[in-house]
Amino acid sequence: MSFAKLTVSTLAIAAVSATAAAARDNVQVAGSSTVLPYASIVAEAFGENTDFPTPVVESGGSSAGLKRFCEGVGENTIDIANASRAIREKEIKACAENGVTDIIEVRIGYDGIVFASQTNGPAYNAFTPSDIFNALAPKVVVDGALVDNPYTKWSEFNADLPDADILAFIPGTKHGTREVFEEKVVAAGCEATGAMEAMIKAGMSEDDAEDACLEVRTDGRSVDIDGDYTETLASIDANANGIGVFGLAFYENNTDKLKVATMSGVAPSTETIASGEYPVSRPLFFYIKKAHVGVIPGLKEFAQFFVSDELAGPDGPLAQYGLVSDPELADTQAAVSGETVMN
Amino acid sequence: MSDASLNAPRPKSSLLTLNARTKKRNAAEKRFKAYGITAIAIGVFFLAVLAFSIIRSGLPAFTNVVISVDFTLSQDEFDAAEKELFKTKAYQGLFNAAVKQTVADNQIDVAFEDDAIERIMGKTGGIIREHYRANPDDLGKPVAFELPVASRVDGYINGRVTRDTVQDSRFLMLTDLDLVDGLQEAGVIRNAFNWNFITGADSGVDNPGGAGIGASVVGSFFMMLVVLFLSLPIGVAASIYLEEFAPQNRFTDLIEVNISNLAAVPSIVFGILGLAVFIQFMHLPQSAPLVGGLVLTLMTLPTIIISTRASLKSVPPSIRDAALGVGASKMQAVFHHVLPLAMPGILTGTIIGLAQALGETAPLLLIGMVGFVARGYPDGFIAGFTEANSAMPAQIYTWAARADVSFYEKAWGGIIILLIFLLTMNIIAIILRRRFERRW
Repeated sequence: MSFAKLTVSTLAIAAVSATAAAARDNVQVAGSSTVLPYASIVAEAFGENTDFPTPVVESGGSSAGLKRFCEGVGENTIDIANASRAIREKEIKACAENGVTDIIEVRIGYDGIVFASQTNGPAYNAFTPSDIFNALAPKVVVDGALVDNPYTKWSEFNADLPDADILAFIPGTKHGTREVFEEKVVAAGCEATGAMEAMIKAGMSEDDAEDACLEVRTDGRSVDIDGDYTETLASIDANANGIGVFGLAFYENNTDKLKVATMSGVAPSTETIASGEYPVSRPLFFYIKKAHVGVIPGLKEFAQFFVSDELAGPDGPLAQYGLVSDPELADTQAAVSGETVMN
Repeated sequence: MSDASLNAPRPKSSLLTLNARTKKRNAAEKRFKAYGITAIAIGVFFLAVLAFSIIRSGLPAFTNVVISVDFTLSQDEFDAAEKELFKTKAYQGLFNAAVKQTVADNQIDVAFEDDAIERIMGKTGGIIREHYRANPDDLGKPVAFELPVASRVDGYINGRVTRDTVQDSRFLMLTDLDLVDGLQEAGVIRNAFNWNFITGADSGVDNPGGAGIGASVVGSFFMMLVVLFLSLPIGVAASIYLEEFAPQNRFTDLIEVNISNLAAVPSIVFGILGLAVFIQFMHLPQSAPLVGGLVLTLMTLPTIIISTRASLKSVPPSIRDAALGVGASKMQAVFHHVLPLAMPGILTGTIIGLAQALGETAPLLLIGMVGFVARGYPDGFIAGFTEANSAMPAQIYTWAARADVSFYEKAWGGIIILLIFLLTMNIIAIILRRRFERRW
C-alpha cells in the first residue's frame, strides 16, 4: 500500500538523518540574557571572519545557563555558559558531580546596572542604596525601630525624591542581575539604614540578617521581571511612576523612552563605570568546558576571538555597544590561550 | 348540521396579514440574524484591526535605507585585510574611506568629523568580505555597492527618529544628521527594498540592517516536513486502527481518553519531553529542526488523530457494507472506499495541526532553537534537518526582545512572512482537498 511505503520511507529518512547527525560542528552557548547581546555580536563576527559555522547562543538567565552547563560532558550538552555573575561554589560542586571538572573562567568586561524610568514620569535623580532599600524592603528602620515597611511614596523617606508611588520592576531571581542588584544596592542600603544592625540586635545571627536584608516586599510595589529587559521596558511604558532595573547597554539603546537615575550622585556611563565612580557594576563572564576544547571545532578559537583586543578591547564592537572593557584583558587572553582552569 | 359546522366562526387567518404569533416568531428570527451579523462584524473588525496593525508595523522591515558607493578593492588591500584577525572591520574601514570620497565627489557641503561616517554606516564588512571571496575577479575593479546605513539613520529617514528625540551619543550625534540630509539630497542615500530581510539569516544585536528571516523560514520548512511525514502516517494509521479494526474494550477506551487528554497538554510539556528524550537520551543534535519537528509531531498527533477519526466516522456505513458485501476484505474496504472519502476531513485536520505547530515557540525554547541562531542556509537536504537553525516564531520572539527598536519592526515583518507561509500551506491544502473531494 502506498501508505505503508510512505511510512517506511519516512522512518528510514528520519533514521538516516539521525545517524548522520552524530557530530556537532558548531559551538553551543547558553546563559545570561545580559551577556547574550555581546555573545551574539561576537558570534556573528566569528561566523563572518572564520571558516567555522556561526555559534548558537541561547538566552535564559545565568543560573539556567550554568545548570545546563553542569549537566555533563558530551555533544548533547552546551560548551559555554554565559553568566552575569561569578559561578557559585554550589554550582561548581554540581558540575563536578556530573563530570564537568575542568572549567575555564573568562571575564569579558564590566556592565553597569542602571535605574531608569519613563521620560514623561517624575525625575528620580538622587538615589542612594538606602533609598532603594527603604522603598523595597519588607522591614525598614523608622525612628530607630524595625517595623513593617510603611512607605508608599518615595518622598516619605527622602524629601529630595518625587512625591510618587513606589513601584519598582526588578530582575527575577533566575537572572544574575538580581544578585548584583541585591549585593551592591539592597545589601548596601540595609547596612546604611541600620536595618541590619537592628536585625542582629533583635536576635538574628549575622548570616540570617544578611539573608533577611535581601528580601523584597511582597505587597506588589516590587515586581519581579523574569523575562528580558524589553519586558521591564514595557512595564515602565505602562506605569509613569515605575522605575526599572536595566543594563547600561539596554538603556543607551532606548534613551528616547527612558531617563536614567543617578546613584549616589553619579550618572552611569561607560566612563564612570570604568573608573569605579558609579557603584553598581558587575563583571560579565563566560565559562568554557575544557573537555570540549579540541572536540567541538572552533570552541577555543571562538573564546580567543571573543577576548581579543579587536573585539573586547576599548575600541571594539562590544565597547561600542555598551560593554565596559576590562583593563586586565591581557591576563584573560593569556588564560584562554593557556586553557587555565579554575581550581 | 354540516352547514352549521361550515358556517361556524373560524379564526381569521390570511397569508397576506400576519397574526401576532407569527409576527413574534419572525421578529425572533430577525433578531437572531442580527446577532449573527453583529458577531461576524465584530470578528471581521478585529481581523481588520489586526491585519492593519501588522502591516503598518511590519512594512518598514521590508525596506531599508542604503548608501550607494562605487568601491574598488585592490588585491593588496584584500590580502592585508585577510591577514587581520577582525577582517570584516578592516573591510569596513576601507569602505568608510570610499564613503568619505563619495561625499567629496558629490560636493556635499557639510562639515563633519571622520567618526561621523562610522556612526552613519551600518555593519558592512561581512557583506564586502563575502562578495570578494565569492568573486575574486572583482578585485581592482570598481563595484557599485548598496549597503545598509546604521539603524538610527534608517530611523531618521523613515521618521522613527526625529531631530527632537536624538540625544548625542556614541551611536549618533545630532550634527551627523546634517550630513545624512546632504547625502539624501544628493541621492547617495535612499530607501530600497530590503531583499536581505527575506533571504538573510539573523544578525548580531548591533547590526539590524543585516538581519533576515530567510534562514529561519528554511528551518520552519524542514520542521514542517518532519511533522507532516511523521504525524500524518502515524496519526492516520492509529485512527484507522482505532476506528475500524480495534475491538471495543476497556483498553481501547483508555487509549481514546488519553489521546483526547494529550490534545490539551500545554506545548511546553512536549518541549521538556523532547529535551529529555531526543537530546539527552537519544543524543540528537541541539537546535536542529529534526528535533524541533519530532517535538512538534508529538504535539500535532492528537489533533490529527481526533480529526481523522471524526472524518472516518462521517463516512456512511453503507459504503463499508457495500464493499464488504461484494467480497472485499476489511482492509480493502477501508483503503479503497472509506479512506478516500475521509481524505478531505483528514487534510483539514492535518493542516490545522500543522498551522498550530508552525506557530509554536514554547517547545522550541528548551531544545535550543530560540536564541541567536545564524548559521544561514544548510548545506544540502539532510543537513537541513540536522544543522542548527531557528524557526520563524522563535526568530520573531528573539527580535522582539532586542534593545534596538528596528529589530521590533523586523519582528512585525517576520509576522507578515509567517502569515504568508501559513496562507501558502492552507492554499495547498485547499487545492488537495478539492482534488480528493467526492460526492455520493
